[in-house]
Amino acid sequence: MIRCIRRCAVLGLVLLLALAVNAVRVMVVDAGKSAHDPANRRIAIARYQHPRGGILAGGRTVTGSQDTGSQLAYARTYRDGPLYAPVTGFASQTYGTSLLEGTEDGLLSGTSSRLASVPLWNEITRNRQRPGDVHTTIDPAAQKAAYEGLAGRRGAVAALDPATGRILALVSSPSYDPGLLSGTGPAVTAQWQRLNDDPAQPMLDRAIRQTYPPGSAFKVVTAAAALESGAVTDLLAPTDSPDPYRLPGTTWSLTNEGRGCADASVYDAFRVSCNTVFAKLGADVGQSAMARQAEAFGFNDTRLRIPPGVAKSNFDTAMSPDQVALSSIGQFDTTATPLQMAMVAAAVGNGGELMTPYLVDRVTNHGGAVVARTGPVRMHRAVSEDTAEQLQQLMEAVVSDGTGTNAAIPGAVVGGKTGTAQHGVGNKGTPYAWFISYAKPPGASRAAVAVAVVVEDAEAARADISGGGSAAPIARDVMRSVLAAPPHPYGPRGGAG
Amino acid sequence: MSATSADAPPPPAPPAAARPAAPPRSRRRGVELSLTVAAVLVSVYGYAEVGLATRGAVPGDAAGYGAGLALLAVLAHLAVRARAPYADPLLLPIAVLLNGFGLVLIYRLDLEPSLGPRAAPTQLVWSTLGITLFVLVVLALDDHRVLARYSYVGVTAALALMAAPIFFPAVNGAKIWIRFAGFSIQPGEFAKVLLAVFFAAYLSANRAALAYTGRQVFGLRRLQLPTGRVLGPVLAIWLLSVGLLVLERDLGTSLLFFGLFVVLLYVATGRTGWVAVGLLLSAAGAVAVSSLEPHVHSRVEDWLHPFASIDAGLGPGQLAQSLFAFGNGAVLGTGLGQGHPELIGFATKSDFILATPGEELGLAGLCALLALYALLVARGMQAGLALRDPFGRLLAVGLATILALQVFVITGGVTDLIPLTGMAMPFLAQGGSSVVTNWIIVALLIRVSDSARRPPPEPPEDTP
Repeated sequence: MIRCIRRCAVLGLVLLLALAVNAVRVMVVDAGKSAHDPANRRIAIARYQHPRGGILAGGRTVTGSQDTGSQLAYARTYRDGPLYAPVTGFASQTYGTSLLEGTEDGLLSGTSSRLASVPLWNEITRNRQRPGDVHTTIDPAAQKAAYEGLAGRRGAVAALDPATGRILALVSSPSYDPGLLSGTGPAVTAQWQRLNDDPAQPMLDRAIRQTYPPGSAFKVVTAAAALESGAVTDLLAPTDSPDPYRLPGTTWSLTNEGRGCADASVYDAFRVSCNTVFAKLGADVGQSAMARQAEAFGFNDTRLRIPPGVAKSNFDTAMSPDQVALSSIGQFDTTATPLQMAMVAAAVGNGGELMTPYLVDRVTNHGGAVVARTGPVRMHRAVSEDTAEQLQQLMEAVVSDGTGTNAAIPGAVVGGKTGTAQHGVGNKGTPYAWFISYAKPPGASRAAVAVAVVVEDAEAARADISGGGSAAPIARDVMRSVLAAPPHPYGPRGGAG
Repeated sequence: MSATSADAPPPPAPPAAARPAAPPRSRRRGVELSLTVAAVLVSVYGYAEVGLATRGAVPGDAAGYGAGLALLAVLAHLAVRARAPYADPLLLPIAVLLNGFGLVLIYRLDLEPSLGPRAAPTQLVWSTLGITLFVLVVLALDDHRVLARYSYVGVTAALALMAAPIFFPAVNGAKIWIRFAGFSIQPGEFAKVLLAVFFAAYLSANRAALAYTGRQVFGLRRLQLPTGRVLGPVLAIWLLSVGLLVLERDLGTSLLFFGLFVVLLYVATGRTGWVAVGLLLSAAGAVAVSSLEPHVHSRVEDWLHPFASIDAGLGPGQLAQSLFAFGNGAVLGTGLGQGHPELIGFATKSDFILATPGEELGLAGLCALLALYALLVARGMQAGLALRDPFGRLLAVGLATILALQVFVITGGVTDLIPLTGMAMPFLAQGGSSVVTNWIIVALLIRVSDSARRPPPEPPEDTP
């Protein structure tokens, strides 16, 4: 009997060990797996248990958190939601996150190991950190000017600080209030449905996620290629270009909206935006030099993150001469995001140096200490200093005595280029009105701001030879608001606080 | 040190008469009292912790709760001190701690409105009743051997109790409840103790016949079948009880009775063959039941594929939720009151109560709980080893086995080690009958351990 009781006790011990080993399996080995199972609601509950970190523009937070009293406690709120939606994106308990809310999610939700003061200890205790804040490079005044300039028309604005690559404005219109998607329940689902079904696509971030044919605004790139390749050495010399210009290898002739383009100098052709001259220039420069120049400005780059991913701007690398000619005036397959065209203007205004655009100035932890900071990073030298100077002459002539006079700002030197892109089958679609520009403060040699504006449904654009009518005033207002602000120091701003 | 060498005489042995008298055997009542006080303090601390974590303040009735629990615990201790002075000093503190912690858990789960009406006050009433019965048993039962006399009365009562729910409506698919006057009782719980007493009494009375008479099966001595006359009554009662439970769909308890029967038969006869037969029978029974009963079949499916419903797009099932809870607990847990046991939903306070300490106290807390149960079981087994009467031995082993099997089946079930079977975690789960029964089990263990550790009466000393 004694022996049997002992054996029973041993059996009990074996069962206990089996339980313990299995508990280790469930609670330690498989814990990570279950912690990432999307069906595990604890992830969402923990995530929304505390207020989310803030996204700031110009030192003021544009986001907030509201205790809903439900299981997913804190829902996101937005101040000026439609204005900043192309920057913040949404943080929805139902539909996840987008844009900065998505790329900076770990920091904003407090899961990022960057926030932990002792990362290893944090792994063990699994304490959730208090969320950090994301300080954007957005200049609220420029953002507002751009948004109000578009006034609800379909379009987008991207503005950069050419010297650093800081993104000063990123506007898409029509916009939406991301706060409508914050919570859970039928109201959110209905809003999501409505926003997705809206033909105006309010949730599309047109400034970085939509590409448009750049039209004549692309002539800056063509001129740069012509100057860099040596095809043009004297801006004022007449070019050997007919009007109309028959595209090489085809029977199709290209015409101009304006007059005086036959054999016009590059200077005049740029000023009044002659298609024939630049189409021929592009064809003369050739496919590979054109593509190389476009890429030097940032085209065909799929890796650009600001940190939200930027759509690839396209310049084809295998084309027939007639296609190269069309591409050189921003037609055919050439497409660009507004941010890309702002980068073109910025590189020109910055003496040929292209800086990597970025949207996040720094991220701070809950106490305000800087966790990470983005600094200016040189991307390419897009064109030589000389070429940049010549391109500036061309662009400044557009504003002083060309198609872009609407962009002029008294006291400042403004360079620009208009564009009207035909699109749609047989060019039936309403043309896109473009304006890209930069502005130098009085006395400065380098531009302080570069802007690209695209207006999709520019009513007057078809008759207008350029985007000078509808897009240029918006660019002017954005540039003026940046120039009016005190110059921004490139180093750390406001200390660690 | 110089002259004395190899031939030195050995040191004189101490005279036998001079051997000091053995010191009086320590009764360890002081240890029991301090551990019991510690158990009460831990429970009150847990109660306060839940309040702090969920409401930011110690619950207003924490002092009252602590005083009540302390009063009950001290009364139980005094009863043990008075009537079972040699009892194992660990049994009562462990029971107080488990019961106190169980109340904390249920109080904590009451804070989740989605988990139904409050259960802690009722559980407190039942705990009080349980401890009162504990005191009564310890005071009234002088010698455990008395129980053997009433084993047939007991088993008749047990069968009657188990049959009663057939006349009451099923609750959640199982007909194991009797409801009256707003109370619901699970008579199968009480039947456990009565059946253990009966098995112990019958097997101890007939063990010689069971072990040494009868036919050999296949000529194997280890599989010698006892004669029908000896085996018949116990087999009949066991079959009847398991049959009743199957009728009532209480598979957990039928499994428990089966295991109890096999273990006691093995201990009584010393024949390993019984264990083999038991395992074979249970395997056959498990296969038969799981293929015939859709309810059981789905439990087996759940066990094999706990996350199948997620893949099917139906969201996590209860077992998956339980595993999520354990996973969320990880090593150190989220802290009392800071997990999300409400996600498990139905049965969180009963069958799945272990998921809450798993999540909120982590692997550390779960292992601590299991260690407490293991100690309780081990001390029961130890009493069985130390006792001299076969009935007492079998009773101690039987009671310990009831606890061990319940803990294993539930813990294994909610952690996906074995298929889930509805049973109450001793002292922790919501359920009055269970708490009361477990207090009676502890009272009986106190009684048998007192007999086991009591020093033999001193022989009358010769005085010159």
